[in-house]
Amino acid sequence: MTDGAGRVIRVLSLYDDVMNVYADRGNTLAVQRGAAALGLEADVLRVSLGEALPEAVNLVLIGGGQDREQRRIADELAAHGPRLREWAAEGVAMLAVCGGFQLFGRWYRDTAGRTLPGAGVFDVTSVAGGAGQPRCIGDVLVDSTLEGVGEVVGFENHGGRTYLGPAAQPFARVLYGSGNNGADGTEGAVHREAIGTYLHGSVLPKNPRLLRHLLAAAARHAGIEALPSVEGADGLMARAAERAHRAAVLVARRRGRPVAR
Amino acid sequence: MASALQRRVALIAGRVAGEATRRLGRGGGTALPGLVAGRLAPDLVEALGRLAEHGAVTVTGTNGKTTTTHLLAAIAREAGMETLTNRSGSNLERGLVTTYVDAAGRDGVADGRGHLGLFEVDEAALPPLFPRLRPRVAVFLNLFRDQLDRYGEIDSVAEGWAAMIAAADWAPALVLNADDPSVALLAEGARGPVVTFGIDDEAAALPEAEHASDARFCVCGSRFQHARVFMGHVGHWRCPDCGRRRPRPDVAATRVLLGVDGSEVDVRIGEGAHALTVPTAGLYSVSNALAALATAVALGVPGDAAVRAVQQSGPAFGRQERFQVGGRRVRVWLAKNPAGLNEIVRALLASRGGSGEGEGREAPDLSLLAMLNDGIQDGQDVSWIYDADLERLEGRVASLVCAGDRAEDLALRLAVAGIEADVVERGTEVALDAALERTKAGEVLDIVATYTAMLEVRDLVAARAGQGAYWEVAP
Repeated sequence: MTDGAGRVIRVLSLYDDVMNVYADRGNTLAVQRGAAALGLEADVLRVSLGEALPEAVNLVLIGGGQDREQRRIADELAAHGPRLREWAAEGVAMLAVCGGFQLFGRWYRDTAGRTLPGAGVFDVTSVAGGAGQPRCIGDVLVDSTLEGVGEVVGFENHGGRTYLGPAAQPFARVLYGSGNNGADGTEGAVHREAIGTYLHGSVLPKNPRLLRHLLAAAARHAGIEALPSVEGADGLMARAAERAHRAAVLVARRRGRPVAR
Repeated sequence: MASALQRRVALIAGRVAGEATRRLGRGGGTALPGLVAGRLAPDLVEALGRLAEHGAVTVTGTNGKTTTTHLLAAIAREAGMETLTNRSGSNLERGLVTTYVDAAGRDGVADGRGHLGLFEVDEAALPPLFPRLRPRVAVFLNLFRDQLDRYGEIDSVAEGWAAMIAAADWAPALVLNADDPSVALLAEGARGPVVTFGIDDEAAALPEAEHASDARFCVCGSRFQHARVFMGHVGHWRCPDCGRRRPRPDVAATRVLLGVDGSEVDVRIGEGAHALTVPTAGLYSVSNALAALATAVALGVPGDAAVRAVQQSGPAFGRQERFQVGGRRVRVWLAKNPAGLNEIVRALLASRGGSGEGEGREAPDLSLLAMLNDGIQDGQDVSWIYDADLERLEGRVASLVCAGDRAEDLALRLAVAGIEADVVERGTEVALDAALERTKAGEVLDIVATYTAMLEVRDLVAARAGQGAYWEVAP
């Protein structure tokens, strides 16, 4: 299919009026612009509290929130768990950032000691930082485990520590910053085409290869195989993204906390 | 409790420390004198609160502290009072103590006779300082998301304010923004009189909610509903479940006409009507002016005198200051967070004759120098630029230079909005030259910058202007 009509990817933006603490909207904007550059149309559907999930989607986005916001959505999101896990199993692309990543895991124990149920897309569990445990705040540079994605740069700000279960694969290895828990060198999680990460910044605009990876997965799920090469993609955002990526990588190398080896 | 002698010694030591840093060229010395003096006499904040004969006023909120304090100083002078006030941005404990050091003479004695204390205080720093300063009037402007690594969630800041007001063992007057539910609801715990301010003119509202607006929840747990939105979550709000709603403001803008460098506003103070020219552009400037007028009510200053003072005052430092450089007009706008940047964008669009809402696209007419730094004072996390609705600028930008430590991130943000930077250049001076070069003679260059970038570029522009800001020299 090469004409515009059939080249639509359906994007689901979950709870974006509640879970948007670190400008996660930038990821949605990047998906829209990036899709257009690849000759795709991103049809974004927003679903928030009290609303039902659509029948089918190709890409799911969820952003970060602090404990209070997480408590507001946790039960509903967990109730959507079976559908989200089904989608993940059939190759729907997903990006869950920070608090959204925690709630896409099995469960999250918050600062009040309450265990919030998760959607269970990733085999990970998260625990809020205890007293005296500093928040993980700062520039992050990671090396992605995904083919062709390479270095991913962003900013993290989380008190919670996330631990990978036996079935979980990390999204990346930490070069600078804390990542999942500041101890095991892992960052985020991957399950099929679903990605969970602590990186914001926003992460998609300034990591064009990650954006391309996610859009390609969404397009594949939508039955669209042939995408133009990255080089052939629209100039403006692509050029600015490459430049911003390189600049942000230098900032992270200069300012980020190096991982102890 | 430090003795009077101890305090004098501390103030003299603070002054010496300040002079030493300035001699060593280590900056203007707004922090060190306060740190030194505060160490030697820990109750200087308490003493500062008592120093001014006419009492102390605190001004807090995410946006507008410096401008509102600046307007209040003009009002106080018009009412025949002298002012004791902290320098712009020095709004933590050490900045307050430095104010005391500066007020004291070489002998460590300050004279507060005839003075009104006017202190802008950081919103997160206020709760512990409030019972120590014991202000006569406390002004609360608004609460938007700002550097989250520093301030935490908005709700917890509001809860800190409410607890601090409930714990007060004196009766401070509260001046509250009726349009911001996080602020207006503080009236429930008030110990003293409450004066509210707000925008009544519904024509000033946005056609749709902004993206930086957080879902705001009432103390009863329900989500607020807005009949009108002015900025973010600020507007005509009500809770559908418990019945809490925006109070009718005591000081209200009943008609607002936004202009290029300022606004024409009909103001109701109590039941009296006044015509006010707000000296800076944008609806947020109107809100700051209303806050100052409402504070005047709390202080017992007559409405006419307060209105006169506000319209005769120029912009505060780096807040829409205007300069004349090489035949171009240059305006400097400080942008610190998404809500503030949204308001600046709106004011920029309106200031070129458009409605500001992009109805019927006007021609590209804006020359911009946009600067993003990522220092501690700017916020090291630059994500926030994605929360601002920069998409509104699409089709309106004639020239764009992106600068600052994170020039590339800013250029990318604007590219995502469909706007291409002509130049991406970190160096301030080179960037300023490039931006001036792309601004036609007689036209306006608007510089929008984060805090530390603003300090740098503002100095450069002021030096180039030579003759000072044009609002000072214009007839």
